Amino acid sequence: MAEVVLRDVVKTYGALPVVHAINLDIAHGEFVVLVGPSGCGKSTTLRMIAGLEDISGGEVRIGDRMVNDLPPRDRNISMVFQNYALYPHMTVRENLGFSLHIAKRSKPEIAKAVAEAADILSLTPLLDRKPGQLSGGQRQRVAMGRAIVRHPDVFLFDEPLSNLDAKLRTQMRVEIKRLHQKVGTTIIYVTHDQVEAMTLADRIVIMRDGHIVQIGTPLEVFERPVNSFVATFIGSPPMNLMPATVTGGALRLADGTALPLPPGLSAHEGQAVQFGVRADNIMPEGHSLPPTAHMAHVDMPVTLTEPLGTETLLFGTLAGTEVQAKMLNPRPVRTGEVLRFGIALDKCHLFDAETGASLRV
Amino acid sequence: MYQMRLPPWLVLLLPAFVILLAVVAIPLVLSLYSSFTAFQLTRPETITRWIGTFNYGKAMGDANFWAAFGRAVLLLTLALNLEMLLGLGLAVMVAKVTLGQRLLRTMMMFPMMFSPILVGFQFKFIFNDNVGLLNNALQSLGLTDVAIPWLVDGNLAFLAIVAAEVWTSTSVFAILILAGIFAIPQDPVEAARVDGCTPWQTFRYVTLPFLMPFIYIAMAIRSLDVARAYDIVQVMTAGGPARRTELLWTLIGRTGYVDARMGYANAMGYIAILLSIVFTVYFFRKLTTARTSLGMGD
Repeated sequence: MAEVVLRDVVKTYGALPVVHAINLDIAHGEFVVLVGPSGCGKSTTLRMIAGLEDISGGEVRIGDRMVNDLPPRDRNISMVFQNYALYPHMTVRENLGFSLHIAKRSKPEIAKAVAEAADILSLTPLLDRKPGQLSGGQRQRVAMGRAIVRHPDVFLFDEPLSNLDAKLRTQMRVEIKRLHQKVGTTIIYVTHDQVEAMTLADRIVIMRDGHIVQIGTPLEVFERPVNSFVATFIGSPPMNLMPATVTGGALRLADGTALPLPPGLSAHEGQAVQFGVRADNIMPEGHSLPPTAHMAHVDMPVTLTEPLGTETLLFGTLAGTEVQAKMLNPRPVRTGEVLRFGIALDKCHLFDAETGASLRV
Repeated sequence: MYQMRLPPWLVLLLPAFVILLAVVAIPLVLSLYSSFTAFQLTRPETITRWIGTFNYGKAMGDANFWAAFGRAVLLLTLALNLEMLLGLGLAVMVAKVTLGQRLLRTMMMFPMMFSPILVGFQFKFIFNDNVGLLNNALQSLGLTDVAIPWLVDGNLAFLAIVAAEVWTSTSVFAILILAGIFAIPQDPVEAARVDGCTPWQTFRYVTLPFLMPFIYIAMAIRSLDVARAYDIVQVMTAGGPARRTELLWTLIGRTGYVDARMGYANAMGYIAILLSIVFTVYFFRKLTTARTSLGMGD
């Protein structure tokens, strides 16, 4: 059993703070993804958990042990690195068995563990090759195999898929998820790719500038982002944000277009806000989901189309802001064609224009 | 009118050919030829007296030659290994230094900047049994009250030479290994730490294999240096006492210039060069193996 607990964990380089007193509780067996733009402190946080970076303040606990001052080798963790970090002079077999060899396990025991890991990751035919003779995907599997042979308390993944091409990345994503289902070990996974975060995580931790912005399940952070940063970071395409003001109980966009106030939001009269709507919630009539109780309609000329097969992304300009909308059961659309779009207001968001905080109650 | 007949490429290459011929090819052929004659420097006409492989046969049966040969191999082995260990230690330590590392790196090169002749004189002074620094120090510290005959006792003299060699050239290893340390990717080192390695194990299983190519390059360079060792030895002991520190080239030098038996000296020289070639080939083989095992291609 190993849960991981971060209490007021701080990292500073000299006088420069890069992680500000973050708190995080990770349950045993949970798959947690730290996600955020580069420089947000996610990798540093992971490396502090691993013991590769000193902890400047606060406390990191793995299981029931405080590990702040333990070297990596005593933390019973495994880590998969972005650049695979395989030992180039060792065969795949030696790479996989290295940690057990260091732990002075018996030869048959090592052989058994290596065979098991190789089997899980379909590495058996590659066991006698050197890392230099493997493809990127195979190297990544070896790196994962090296992590699982030890049966650690916690797996740490540091952007493990970012060096792979798009197709392989999708494949490996599935393999990682399958691996988690099979071994059930706690996983802490760092990525800057929100798709990876959404698809893999039990819970997502969104970080920015060394702070945790939001922690929640993929659906929570998608449906109820706490601020405009999370709203635009999570989800693809990113949520459309339009400046607006609340006047006379209605929402007035920059060009004067008035929309009813979305339900379930608290905004006071005269407040400057940002009106957030995902592409999935602004669709042309006749090519949309069934209308909900709270619909608003706008006419918008289409400036660009991105056909994706089952749907087409439509780009248009609404109240001076570029907006992406989605068209289901698509038909060809000419550039400049004006379509009537329905906005599902109950799925929309309002954020304070200044703080970016969500106005959802 | 005179017409230029030679093609331009030949005209352009001719100076290089002439120089190579004069500086390399002719001396090489001449020395090889003279090793088959009874050539004596003092009697130039002897260069035409062809005696076949007599000189080579003589060298093969000459106990002094083989003693010098063996001593050269011993010096190579001792000096190279000591320099490697010390250089590795130095490099690892200097790599840890954050403040003033550039200065340290420069200082590390100082011994290489001195003429080996002067180093020889310096160490001859240090090891002098009467006025030498070492005996003075040992006596002042009360470690001994006799004057240790460093350069008079054959074994001690050999060690004194090893010390001088090591002092001058450890930095060759240190600099090359330091370059290697800077080139090591950090990921595998961190992976090893997470995989449960102690700092020593990380060094032994991950860092050192990465450094081996650099060590072998230094070995190849230094093996050529040491195999032709002459200057330091000549100054410190001149091969003495009683030939106890005689190396190949001090023997060959004396035979050729003091005894004037140039034909014989050249024959020994050609056998001695084999030693250099064998060591160079050996270390390059090791280098290739080390690089291949790191997946650095061929």
